[in-house]
Amino acid sequence: MAGEIYKKPITLALMATVAILIGSVVTMAYPMLRADMHPKLETLKPFTALQLAGRDIYQREGCVGCHTQTVRPLPSEVARYGDYSKAGEFAYDHPFLWGSKRTGPDLAREGGLRPDGWHYQHYANPQALFPKSNMPSYGWLKGRPLDPAEVAAHLNALGMVHPELKADLAAVRAQLAGKDELDALVAYTQQLGHAVARRQGGVADLTLENPLAHDTQAVVLGKKLFLENCSACHGDEGQGTEGVAPSLIDDAFLGEKGDLPDGAYYALISGGSDAKPIAGRKGDPGGGMTAFGGQLKKDEIWSLITWLRNQKAHEAAEGHDVPPAEKGAKPEKPEKQEKK
Amino acid sequence: MNDYRYDNQTVQGFILSAIFWGVVGILVGLLISVQLWAPAANFAPYLTYGRLRPVHTNGLAFGLGAGVIFGLTYYIVMRLCGRPLVFPKLARVQLWIFNVAIAAAAVSLMMGYTQSNEYAELEWPLDIGVVILWVMFAVNVFATIIKRRDEQMYVSLWYIIATVIAIAVLYIVNNLSIPAGGMKSYHLFAGVNSANVEWWYGHNAVGFLFTTPFLAMFFYFMPKSLNLPLYSHRLSILAFWSLVFGYLWTGAHHLVYSPLPDWIQTLGIVFTLFLIAPSWGSVINGYYTVGADWSKMKTNYLTKFFIMAITFYGLQTVQGPTQGLRVVSQLIHYTDWVPGHVHMGTMGWVTLTACASIYYVIPKIHGTAIYSEKIANIHFWLVMVGQLLFSVTMWITGIQQGAMWKATNADGTLKYTFVETLSKNYPYWHTRTLAGVIFTVGMLFFIYNVLMTIRQGRARSAAAAAA
Repeated sequence: MAGEIYKKPITLALMATVAILIGSVVTMAYPMLRADMHPKLETLKPFTALQLAGRDIYQREGCVGCHTQTVRPLPSEVARYGDYSKAGEFAYDHPFLWGSKRTGPDLAREGGLRPDGWHYQHYANPQALFPKSNMPSYGWLKGRPLDPAEVAAHLNALGMVHPELKADLAAVRAQLAGKDELDALVAYTQQLGHAVARRQGGVADLTLENPLAHDTQAVVLGKKLFLENCSACHGDEGQGTEGVAPSLIDDAFLGEKGDLPDGAYYALISGGSDAKPIAGRKGDPGGGMTAFGGQLKKDEIWSLITWLRNQKAHEAAEGHDVPPAEKGAKPEKPEKQEKK
Repeated sequence: MNDYRYDNQTVQGFILSAIFWGVVGILVGLLISVQLWAPAANFAPYLTYGRLRPVHTNGLAFGLGAGVIFGLTYYIVMRLCGRPLVFPKLARVQLWIFNVAIAAAAVSLMMGYTQSNEYAELEWPLDIGVVILWVMFAVNVFATIIKRRDEQMYVSLWYIIATVIAIAVLYIVNNLSIPAGGMKSYHLFAGVNSANVEWWYGHNAVGFLFTTPFLAMFFYFMPKSLNLPLYSHRLSILAFWSLVFGYLWTGAHHLVYSPLPDWIQTLGIVFTLFLIAPSWGSVINGYYTVGADWSKMKTNYLTKFFIMAITFYGLQTVQGPTQGLRVVSQLIHYTDWVPGHVHMGTMGWVTLTACASIYYVIPKIHGTAIYSEKIANIHFWLVMVGQLLFSVTMWITGIQQGAMWKATNADGTLKYTFVETLSKNYPYWHTRTLAGVIFTVGMLFFIYNVLMTIRQGRARSAAAAAA
């Protein structure tokens, strides 16, 4: 290379600029002109005032430092979180909040996975639900007011590029009435991933019988698994938590064996709320029951069912939770069967 | 005869400011390392991990990094151009604005004002401050180079010119945003596009903040302090042009397996592999320069700083491209491996180069010798042990984490819940804090040595004035 340019700073600067711009144009500027950089799923809904306020709080508190929001197309990742992330899910994300570090789990499929009540408890005291969690408490967000004027200004700023986000102050004020920062954060969390259908983890075969129904070890394992995975919402004894999740041992929920067959029970645990129609349940298919199909092995789910039926029988034997109308139908006694 | 006294004070002002912000950044780093294993250490909203992490990264990248770059670049430019700065007062004003801006940046981040883009967290009013600082810097650098007395420009000047241009382009484009309030804005770009612009910026902020200006320092101060000529001018030319050309293509290796179009990811990975060549061109140039006389390792205490700095640069630039490969990325991406990687570059390459350069500059400015070579040696070994313990620990836990996330049973279900994978990190996170403490103690030895050298130099000039 000619040595002359190393005596000419302006020429050198111009050549360096060109060298820098080639890669920038090809990989950064040119893609902006392509449609595949601006995709938008038809199912994607714009942020509501409360959700955007929650996203602002998510940004402010640096949640992106520990949580990603993008599921990679890897089998283990899809099993853990759900469907992999689609480019068209992020059309309203200014900026993207995919993150670069998973100190905590990915949140791209967190929306609707659990009931609101779970999130309020978890934000306030993560260690109460997961003793080994290292997440700080965000209970201090509770009671902190939202400023409708600020949120409206934010909506209208985004409205410059997404007209559908524009909002007037009165409407924003109405939407935020009585809400605090924690409400907003929960609302934001619950809409994450809404544009993609939730995982269908249930089995369609409702005639399956629990192969571990009479297994003593399954009762022990079921109890352990219940405490690890379910008790945060359904209580240590399966009795439920007011406002979060129903009791699993009263007849209203569990019924008798004929009412909720093993196969349907399996489908509910494996597929979560989405499986309710499959299982023939009346409950809300949009409810907050997690699909455990990717996290628990088959035997583990059957063990849970064994323990829950055992628990139900146990409670019934003690005379709790047996509504008068159902007195005729005697609960099974798994205790006896276990001895076989 | 040139009089550098005024400009030298500016240079020293930048160095001392950088050291101050470095201490702040390192202490914040220690605190957030504790918060990862002790959530109760998130004392108040403005002292939570989420808000402090950007204080750590920005404090060190822009407080320590940019401070050192401003100060030492001015020093290098003046020497290589054979004249003082063209606008000495401008540089002094820049020093003051720099400190005010970094202080304001730290406070604003702790208050939760952030754009949420990594290394571009600062909100728009501060961005304007950063751009003003950079323009002041560019004006002085270019004016001094244009009015230089030595016709031929040495390789360090090329790297400085590229740094000034690239940072300006990167910073301005990625900070384009829609203002939504006094301290709030939204990235102009959305979703995948936002991600692509951010990592085009994010990767090249590393390239043009932590690589090119430090290569300029390395290629100036290493031959100077060892009194050895640069091994190959031709190799510098090759390495320089291929580095500044290749770097800008690589941002997408941060987005492997994300919804970003595959062709951009692949292009990013390919150019990342290509970058091994120019990086190792500099490594070879460094080794062969010292190779002219390896006895310098014994006779000059700074040799080991420079040799280990370029060694870590070499390791970093092989590890980085390896991580970009899809098969490696799927195991270690999002794990603690990544902070292990980053800290080899920052605590190894950047810190060792900066410290060695400062050890050279401060005595030169004061016409004295280093206060204590022995303390410098203690500093070196503590920093080495701290850095290696940090990085190796994080690599191990990163691989473990990645493997546990991926582990499935025969029927395709997962072996571990997320909390199980997290709970296995605690011993490594404890060790990381220990590593950070060792590193910090090492840096305290460095600071003591620098301050005592300045004091010694002032005593000498006072004595000379009295005589």
